[in-house]
Amino acid sequence: MNNNIEPILTGRGLVKRYGRVTALDHADFDLYPGEILAVIGDNGAGKSSMIKAVSGATIPDEGEVMLEGKPVHFTSPIDAREAGIETVYQNLALSPALSIADNMFMGREVRKKGFLGKYMRMLDRPKMEQIARDKLSELGLLTIQNINQTVETLSGGQRQGVAVARAAAFGSKVIILDEPTAALGVKESRKVLELISDVRSRGIPIVLISHNMPHVFEVADRIHIHRLGKRLCVINPKDYSMSDAVAFMTGAKEPT
Amino acid sequence: MSKSQQDFESVLSDSATDVASFSQKKTLLDKIQSLLHANPALVPLIVLMLSLLVFGLILGEKFFSPFSLTLILQQVAIVGFVGAAQTLIIITAGIDLSVGAIMVLSSVVMGQFTFRYGLPVEFAILCGLGVGAICGFINGFLVAVVKLPPFIVTLGMWQIVLASNFLYSANETIRSQDIAEKAAALHFFGEKVKIGGAVFTYGVIFMVVLVLVLNYILNHTAWGRHVYAIGDDSDAAELSGVQVKKTLISVYVIAGLICALAGWVLIGRIGSVSPTAGQFANIESITAVVIGGISLFGGRGSIMGMLFGALIVGVFSLGLRLIGTDPQWTYMLIGILIISAVAIDQWIRRVSA
Ligand SMILES: Nc1ncnc2c1ncn2[C@@H]1O[C@H](COP(=O)(O)OP(=O)(O)O)[C@@H](O)[C@H]1O
Ligand SMILES: [Mg+2]
Repeated sequence: MNNNIEPILTGRGLVKRYGRVTALDHADFDLYPGEILAVIGDNGAGKSSMIKAVSGATIPDEGEVMLEGKPVHFTSPIDAREAGIETVYQNLALSPALSIADNMFMGREVRKKGFLGKYMRMLDRPKMEQIARDKLSELGLLTIQNINQTVETLSGGQRQGVAVARAAAFGSKVIILDEPTAALGVKESRKVLELISDVRSRGIPIVLISHNMPHVFEVADRIHIHRLGKRLCVINPKDYSMSDAVAFMTGAKEPT
Repeated sequence: MSKSQQDFESVLSDSATDVASFSQKKTLLDKIQSLLHANPALVPLIVLMLSLLVFGLILGEKFFSPFSLTLILQQVAIVGFVGAAQTLIIITAGIDLSVGAIMVLSSVVMGQFTFRYGLPVEFAILCGLGVGAICGFINGFLVAVVKLPPFIVTLGMWQIVLASNFLYSANETIRSQDIAEKAAALHFFGEKVKIGGAVFTYGVIFMVVLVLVLNYILNHTAWGRHVYAIGDDSDAAELSGVQVKKTLISVYVIAGLICALAGWVLIGRIGSVSPTAGQFANIESITAVVIGGISLFGGRGSIMGMLFGALIVGVFSLGLRLIGTDPQWTYMLIGILIISAVAIDQWIRRVSA
């Protein structure tokens, strides 16, 4: 990315300690408008901790997060969501016993208009179901027949699809995906990668955390390599090979 | 997309389109499993209908009369109230062992505030309701904020509240005649409406209304959906934007308030204010919830099921008593029902697609 464009989401000097473990050790992070930024790193490098710190799921011990150049202090995922940042967490954060529609609108339910909604607090089920159905088919997940079926009756790929669709439907500024293809088969992964490209084509920047080098090199504009709780370097996938990237993230080779 | 697609994946377009599956054909059993999964109150409703039918066939008019059937309702009114509070807590994957104690303490406060301090009875009732809400708040705070296990918190509160109840009341009962003379409002829920042979107390009517209102709230408001989401997976709920602490505390406060209402209803039912009343409300409420098909693991079940569960127990108690068997048979049957209900719950939870 060129230097005169301002990053949309920035982390500076982020520190997060869990007891004696330092998950984040003065980590920096930059996401530019319209790009797909891949974040790679060994297991336990602190990738999830970093995106949790910029998405309000944890509060960093030190450091600063800025959205569009302005400092933000998210104290819950709700704050980040209200600022336009949607995250698909590694564990998906879906409620298995609730329906697809309930899950997509969790925490931002739509109420009926008029008396029923205002005084009886009644949810507008038909409207939420319609929007959920539209979003899923927009993202090519039409195979899900019944929007009222519970999430636990879906396959792993379909659940991932619901989580990604939820983020894509509501994310207005940034979408963060933590290992969205880790649990998926080849075809399901392909579907999620297509979703990611679709979302990017709408101009929304994406953070993609992944272990899968072919996927990362296929879709990423830039690759943030995370090692031992901090950003080691950022590389352009056109300038480096997959084995270079693996060598950096495992410490076998130092970036120049 | 397709241009940049990895070469080795290009064969994907020719790959089989069906997903791995063992026999797509659904057996009748699978269909039943899915049906029950979608309608958790169905099993207790069927059991209730069957038990009504069986006792009706055996006992005839003696059982199947408006009087007997509404007598069952009167006998389950208290359990229905306390069970409603218990349902809310259990849906959040908690348990409340202090419901019965809160109920009794609230009724004692309503009575003593009127008779010991001479306060207006309406104000004393409000104080009793307040005491229930405060007990619920303490439970909720300890569970949601201090993050202690609900079982332990409410086990402790049970003892604390019960001891406060005995210390404060000095083990003293307020007689029914005194209440009728000086504080008739305490008997409000005991008042009867007769329609033919059927006898409804205000307590019964109010209990059914409360369950219907809670059923609406749990299924058709955001708060209700959040209560289920918290019981299902509270971390996931938090990450998807539910205010878990606030919601949990509100659940415990509402449960405490419902228990206090149950305390008021209790006065109407037994006539007097007695610190030793309602000793079994804990176990009876958990029994109604479990027989009602509400999962003790949280996140699943319908409050209507709790009402059916309470009624099943009521039908068995009255039916077996009219037949003239040893009451131990009732307990034995209820024990079997509890274990069967949990076994069915485990089976339903294994549903797939
Ligand atoms: N909630 C937590 N409590 C304790 N330790 C944690 C917690 N979350 C992460 N860690 C630790 O922080 C380190 C970084 O974890 P994580 O951010 O999940 O790494 P990654 O996503 O790169 O695999 C690991 O050592 C992990 O064990
Ligand atoms: Mg991780």
